[in-house]
Formats: sequence, structure tokens, C-alpha cells
Amino acid sequence: MNIVVCISSVPDTTSKINFLDNGSTFDSNGIQFVINPYDEFGLTKAMMLKERIGGNVTVITVGDVAVEPVIRKALAIGADQAVRINTNPKDSYSTATEIAKYLSENPADLIIAGRESIDYNGGAVGGMVAEILSLPFVNACNGLEVEGSTAKMSREIDGGKENLSANLPLVIGGQKGLVEESDLRIPNMRGIMQARSKPLQVVEPSNTDCLTNSEHFEKPAEKSACRFVESGNEAELVQLLQEEAKVI
Amino acid sequence: MSVLVYTENWKGTFRKSTFEAVSYARKTAKLLETDVVALSIGDVSDDELGKLANYGASKILSARGIEKGDSQVAANLFAEHAADTTLIVFASTYTSKMIAPRLAAKLKMGMVSNVVALPSSITPITVSRKAFSGKAIEKVVIHSEQGIISLAPNAFGLVECGGDCNIDEISPSEKGSVTIEGEEIASGKISLTEAEVIVSAGRGLKGPENWGMVEELAELLGAATACSKPVADIGWRPHGEHVGQTGKAVAPNLYVAIGISGAIQHLAGVNSSKVMVAINTDAEAPFFKAADYGIVGDAFEVVPRLIEEIKKVKN
Repeated sequence: MNIVVCISSVPDTTSKINFLDNGSTFDSNGIQFVINPYDEFGLTKAMMLKERIGGNVTVITVGDVAVEPVIRKALAIGADQAVRINTNPKDSYSTATEIAKYLSENPADLIIAGRESIDYNGGAVGGMVAEILSLPFVNACNGLEVEGSTAKMSREIDGGKENLSANLPLVIGGQKGLVEESDLRIPNMRGIMQARSKPLQVVEPSNTDCLTNSEHFEKPAEKSACRFVESGNEAELVQLLQEEAKVI
Repeated sequence: MSVLVYTENWKGTFRKSTFEAVSYARKTAKLLETDVVALSIGDVSDDELGKLANYGASKILSARGIEKGDSQVAANLFAEHAADTTLIVFASTYTSKMIAPRLAAKLKMGMVSNVVALPSSITPITVSRKAFSGKAIEKVVIHSEQGIISLAPNAFGLVECGGDCNIDEISPSEKGSVTIEGEEIASGKISLTEAEVIVSAGRGLKGPENWGMVEELAELLGAATACSKPVADIGWRPHGEHVGQTGKAVAPNLYVAIGISGAIQHLAGVNSSKVMVAINTDAEAPFFKAADYGIVGDAFEVVPRLIEEIKKVKN
């Protein structure tokens, strides 16, 4: 089975977020980049499927040379090869179009994206790839098993989950539940050494037009300091929530 | 031209997030000097559909017999009815997040998700959205002639206006690609993503047997219950209650955090809450840096007293 995992290189959650040039660009200075956590669940699931039923795992990402350390980490975790489409992602549609173009020339049985990336939080690339390739799509997928040419899945819905099935090939947007946090793999030394010699193919982009354009970023206003109420004086807290905050 | 809005139902009933999306669509339609058309998928009675008129829908397209989980059929159905549309509005629901991106790619419509305000301009459509897990607000311009806006949870509010609507039955022109086998609903309680008040607890509660007071407080406040990641990971509470970076992102009016230290991953999922209260024994807990109100104290003493005080004002 050919599995393709779409990964995004994102700032580590603990990063301080700043912008340059009057709010027009993200300041990547001093930022530690990691595999997007939702994509890491998907990559781990891909490894488990490969170990159980055999196959090949490719990671694909859209980004310039700066994202290669994150690709190497995915290879060290166990992906067999990687594809980097050599352009800075601009919007969801152009990113999805680049990935779909590669996949239309190199078909996969299962395409795993993350539910969203933790930087831009667009949550659109997986669904767009599915549409461009006319494939079924299950988002917020928190359970997946493959039997022959059928995938049995569950997806998060409000207050519970929905169970679905579809024929391969298909696209999922993964999240926790696909695998558990404790299943995530830390690259070992052997994996890191092997990753250096695994194939990393660089593909030139087709330069699709964007449909949206990011104009400006700003940080939300700083919260005022916490107002402390003495333990034992809960009546005061209730009064503040009623009269000052007006939330109860 | 029109503004088209997806109106999602849960077992035949619309929820607040649906009415919020229609309210948003109406305000936007006013800016564009046009009307609101609602598209409903699944089995909804005419009475329930009629409620959409109260928030500004003047025409309703009702597609009974389609299942929400089949995004391919749903997106194709939207596309068939979108020719005359300037803008398509989605609420923040799991099903929206399957349909909207498909539709955007199908019709080459610029899509902006996590939107927190009305468009600041309509030529071209320009909107503000949350990015970096709430740590930034991004202004985005849609270049395509038609656009898709998907709202952030609890970002807009309801605006009733009264009014009438026509209901047209429509049906899809093809069979689905996904089979829905059924669903497992954990509880019939309030949905976390649209709850106005959330009472959440963490490892400070020491064990699952101590959640009674959390549930009691939640019930008094008409709140949903939530938990931190470690609590879901060790199985004290169901995974569906986990809020934070890899769980659910929530945006209630009031978030009460009991015995949650406030790791950055947790705060990333809750920092869009309007007011946050932290209760923790540790005065240095990072949650107090994010909270609006705080009590340093033992949850097992503070929470029962808080319950009594709330009972007093509720009576």
C-alpha cells in the first residue's frame, strides 16, 4: 500500500509569536520548527499500517529549503522517502493544488493530512486535495483501519463520533485518536543516521494562482492582570462574575 | 446575487452555531445589498426550517436524504446552487470543515476560516481571522469573485430580525462515496464548541471519583464540562472532553479552570474565552497569568463553597 503523509513545518507550540515589516510577515528568528502535531499523529498511523500490512510511506511538504530539518525528522521517524515542493506556501488552495498535482502523477492508496496546522489554522488543505483528485474525504478522523481496499474510519462529531467506511483511495484529515500520544515515536540514532541517506526529492512548483492573500497580522490586546480573590471569599468572585464580567 | 449559508442540524434540530451563521450571513448580505439563502442537509421539519427566517434567511433549500458525513455529495450539491452567490458562510462545525474546503477547491472560491468579524471591506472581501492558535489576528483578502467564510466558534452572536421564508426541496444528482455506519454519542449534554460556559478540571482533582463537584458546578451554570490533556490521557475523563492544542479549541464566555496548571498547550485551546477563572493551590501556576480572576486555594474547599454561593444568587 502506498501511503502519502502531508506534513507541515510549524513553530513549536511554546514559541513566542512575532511579526516583522509592520505585521506583514512572521518572524521566524529563534523559532524552533516541528512537525505539525496533527500530521505527526498521521505519520505514526502510516508507520503502524505499513508495519501491519506492508507498503511504502512518503512524506510530502510544500516549502523552501528551510523546512528540510523537519522532513529529515519525519524520515528518521520512519518514512521511506520525502518530497519537497520547492515554494513557500501562500494560501490553502495553491498549497493543495501543488500537492494534488504531485499525487495525480504519483497516485497513492491513502493520503493522510492533519486536521489543521497549528500556525495558520486554515484546516483546508486536506479537503481541497480530496476535491481536486475527486476522492472521498473524512476530516477530524480519530480512527482508521484498512482491510483490503476498504477503510473503516471514525470522525469526531459534536458530542461523540461517527463511524464511516469508504473504498481506497481516499484522503483523511487526522487528529488524536488516529493514534494515541503514547504511540508517537521519537527518532533513535539509527533512524537519524538512516534518514540522511533516504531519498528527498525536490519538485519545482507549478506556481498556481492564490485565491486569498494575507495582508496583515497583529497580536490581540494583552489581557489585564489576574484579579485575585481570597480563598473563603467565593461570594466576591460570584459577585464579580455577575456584575463586573456579566458572564453568569 | 445572494449570500448562501450552510445550516447544520443535529437530529432535526438547529443549534446556536447555525443561527449565528445565519445572523452573520444576513449582516454580510446587507453590506452586499442582497438576500440570504440557507441550505439545509438532512431531515429537518418545515417548522424547524422556518426558524431560520427569524435570523434573516429569505429562502431555504432543503436537501432531505443526504447524510452530513458525505462531504463529496454535499459539496457537489452546494456547487449546483452556488452560481448566483457572492459569498458562502459556514459555522464552525466538524461537518462544515469537510464541506467548505471541498467546495472552495471545486469552485475556485477563496476560503477564509476562523473568521471573527464582519468583512471590513466588500470590494474585495476582506476579513479578520484567528491564526497561531489565537495568538494573532490575520487580515485576509479574497481575490476570487466568489468567496467562502467559515466562522470561528462563538465569535459573532445571534441577531433576530423576524421575517418569512420560502422552502424549496432539492436533491443531489449522484450517489455518495462514503458509507455512514452509525454514530456513538457520548452524552446528550451541551456541546463543548458552542457552550457559553465551560467548567474544566485537571490533575489537581487527584482522581475521577472527584468529578462530582465539577459536574454539579457545571449544571448550576448551565455549562459543559471539559478537562486537560493528562486527565484524558490517563482515562479519568473521555477524550471528547479534552480541550487544548491537540484536543478541542473552545471560546466560551466563561471558562472555569479547576486544578489546571495552564500549560501553553492547554491555553492555546482556551485563550479565546472571553473571561477565564483559575482555581489552583499553586500561586505560581501559569494559568493565573492568563486568567481574569483567580483564587489560590484547595479546589476541594473552594469549589463546594463556590457552588453554595452560586446557589444563593441563582435562587
